[in-house]
Amino acid sequence: MPINGDNQDRAAQQGDSGRASFPNDTALSEAIQNALVDAMERHGYSKASRFAVRLALAEAIANAFHHGHEHLPPSLPITVEYAVDPAKVVIHVEDQGPGFDPATIPDPTLDENIEKTTGRGLMLIRAYMTRVSYNAKGNRVEMVYDKP
Amino acid sequence: MAASNSRLKVRRQNNVNIVEFIDRNILDEANIATIGEEIAALVDAEPAPRLLISFANVDHLSSAALGTLITVNNRVRGKQGQLRLANIDPQIYEVFVITRLNKLFSIHENTDEALKSFT
Repeated sequence: MPINGDNQDRAAQQGDSGRASFPNDTALSEAIQNALVDAMERHGYSKASRFAVRLALAEAIANAFHHGHEHLPPSLPITVEYAVDPAKVVIHVEDQGPGFDPATIPDPTLDENIEKTTGRGLMLIRAYMTRVSYNAKGNRVEMVYDKP
Repeated sequence: MAASNSRLKVRRQNNVNIVEFIDRNILDEANIATIGEEIAALVDAEPAPRLLISFANVDHLSSAALGTLITVNNRVRGKQGQLRLANIDPQIYEVFVITRLNKLFSIHENTDEALKSFT
């Protein structure tokens, strides 16, 4: 698993960080989720916090492959970076797709959308993370979770 | 259903198929697709399926899994069957609340309560 310490400077000495580029592969996706959650546990984040961040990361990875790389080869990697310190978790997920405008995603909780089988990932990310923002192209999401 | 790569444990009680998950984390799309196919086969095998899905061993659930549950719900309703969900961890129940899917599904505290609710 190519999680390396490239970004350890960003997390300073008190933090944990990791970076991985990987294709659409369950084991590789779970490896970075586990590494992030383990880092959170070392920094005293609660079970509820770890649940929230794992879910948000899993949704962001799924969005990157399912939507960002929808028309691209499954072997094409996405890149996940994270940095954990005692106060916050910062995650970036970047795909190589054309990007999207998050403002165009319909509200999945409206009655007319409630039975749709897709479209809840971004909503869950926003519900569980403190701050969520995209780059201008819309292919890189930044998710910040402040420790409660 | 007996395939070695099955993601489900299925038992039958009171003419209800009770489904439990082998995986603690239902996050991965490939696994979720397999789960969806296995449950669809259970639903298709009966004229008016009675299905109870237990989340007793589940720690995490993604939006893709919610989508599969909606598909299952539609499939069951299409055959005038009944679907119940039970044993949902409070953190996972919050996911249902956030997405308002607690209004769509019939969710029960535990297996016994869910079994009693079938008509």
